[in-house]
Amino acid sequence: MIFNPEHECMSTEARKKLQLANLKNLVEKLYTDVPFYRKKMDALGITSRDIHTLEDIEKLPFTTKDDLRENYPRGMLACPKDRIVEVHMSSGTTGKPVVDEYTQKDIDIWREAMARTLAGGGCTKDDIVQNCYGYGLFTGGPGAHYGAMNIGAEVLPMSSGNTARQLMVMQDFGTTMLTCTPSYALYMAEEAAEAGVDLKTLPLNKGCFGAEPWSENMRKEIEARYGMKAYDIYGLTEIIGPGVAFECEAQEGLHVNEDLFYPEIINPETGKHVPRGEKGELVFTTLTKEGTPLLRYRTRDITYFMDEPCSCGRTTVRMHRLFGRTDDMLIIRGVNVFPSQIEHALFGIEGTEPQYLIVVNRGDTHLDEVELQVEVKQEFFSDETKKLEALRTKIEGVMKSKLQIGLKVKLVEPKTIERSIGKAKRVIDNRKI
Amino acid sequence: MQIKQISVFLENNAGRLADVTKVLAEAAINIRAISIADTADFGILRLIVDKSDAAISALNKAAFTTRLTDVVAVEIGDTPGCLAKVMELFQKSKVNIEYLYASLEGKVGKAVVIFKLENLEQGLKIITDNGLSMVDKF
Repeated sequence: MIFNPEHECMSTEARKKLQLANLKNLVEKLYTDVPFYRKKMDALGITSRDIHTLEDIEKLPFTTKDDLRENYPRGMLACPKDRIVEVHMSSGTTGKPVVDEYTQKDIDIWREAMARTLAGGGCTKDDIVQNCYGYGLFTGGPGAHYGAMNIGAEVLPMSSGNTARQLMVMQDFGTTMLTCTPSYALYMAEEAAEAGVDLKTLPLNKGCFGAEPWSENMRKEIEARYGMKAYDIYGLTEIIGPGVAFECEAQEGLHVNEDLFYPEIINPETGKHVPRGEKGELVFTTLTKEGTPLLRYRTRDITYFMDEPCSCGRTTVRMHRLFGRTDDMLIIRGVNVFPSQIEHALFGIEGTEPQYLIVVNRGDTHLDEVELQVEVKQEFFSDETKKLEALRTKIEGVMKSKLQIGLKVKLVEPKTIERSIGKAKRVIDNRKI
Repeated sequence: MQIKQISVFLENNAGRLADVTKVLAEAAINIRAISIADTADFGILRLIVDKSDAAISALNKAAFTTRLTDVVAVEIGDTPGCLAKVMELFQKSKVNIEYLYASLEGKVGKAVVIFKLENLEQGLKIITDNGLSMVDKF
């Protein structure tokens, strides 16, 4: 189902016209209302009058995650505070959180974007959507909730966790659509199998999954275990939350809601556009946002554009499922983790050297398994296993509370983790995405 | 009368134990008692050797993580019930044993048990008070 045929099936020409008009408005607004952008544009000698075509976007400055952190909490606000009706933010585990402030119009845009997204996965007003994305400051839960309501579907706002109850509700209420991270979907499938619940016999027949990278094989696994269609969705707090791009029934790339979020792909080294169809870093400009609109936000996600017409009839550009990232950020079970955070946490623990190695595997359970190898200080080494075991448990506890994910800590001998002269190799990611 | 035990941190990697014994062999050190405590991730090798200082310096030079610990070596009879008697003494006095392992001594009819005691002084008192003999030279 196409939620908004007028905008999703627009002619390229009409869309470009709309995008250009909105881009000009945005640049004007950011120059006037956000000192951060005014400074950036003044430094480049750019004003909205220099934007004549969409290609002129290359003259405009980028926005980075660091920019957003430095402007925490409200430095990016582009409208009076009293117009803000809702705030979301990232977990802020790597420093200051990234804040997204929404006016009522922004919420309407989000509802629209997520309605298109869920409709891409086949959601209609007759569906019963079990939403197991987390609710709270995280955008996942509310985003999917708004989208499903906008379609007129019935929403079960489950949030994540309590799998036994999820399965009970799924059976008793006849859930027809599931929204959660793909790894949680697989986890639930395993719990269901253990509890003797045959998911394939339930009315559940489709799901939209995102917030972490996942592979084609993982899709096949989810589809087989549930007897459903599984769709990839994409979004990020900085831009709006989920709803930036989504798969349709063709399952061949994710349609970008490009009338709302203008996408570019750049060479991360040079900042210049790459030739169409080549891989690079995804960049978004929020064309219509009011609260915290962003100009050319560098997502650090690597993908490429697919321009060939899609069999679904939508004319929006598609992006390939993500290939990885330009920085060293890891997404572990949907949680963003930077190796520097682990290093920071280790510094505070007596008995360990700040030398570590992160080994990530996607195990038989299809959940990410992280082994953190930590060097024990010579002085801390004990002849008793219980003291070393206690150290290990302590490190695991600290990591759990600081990173919000469970790591398995492996203590290793001092000086055994490879030292390198330039940038240290801190991560071995064995996941095949 | 405690003796020095050398503990060596071993990751569970193939060949690590062989490396230790090779280093000791090359330094002409004789191992008199040996035990490994292992967990899923790592092991702790515990050794009583004839020349502790030389052993420590050879191991440290070979980049092993080591630690010297005071333990007691009690000589007991090599017949049923001998260990039980010692354990009973410790139990009555509530002396906690962190770990123990046995060593073969040259003397016929004798065995040596190495104890790591939570309270070393108290343990030593019980051993001497009850006329048990300790080994101080290996």
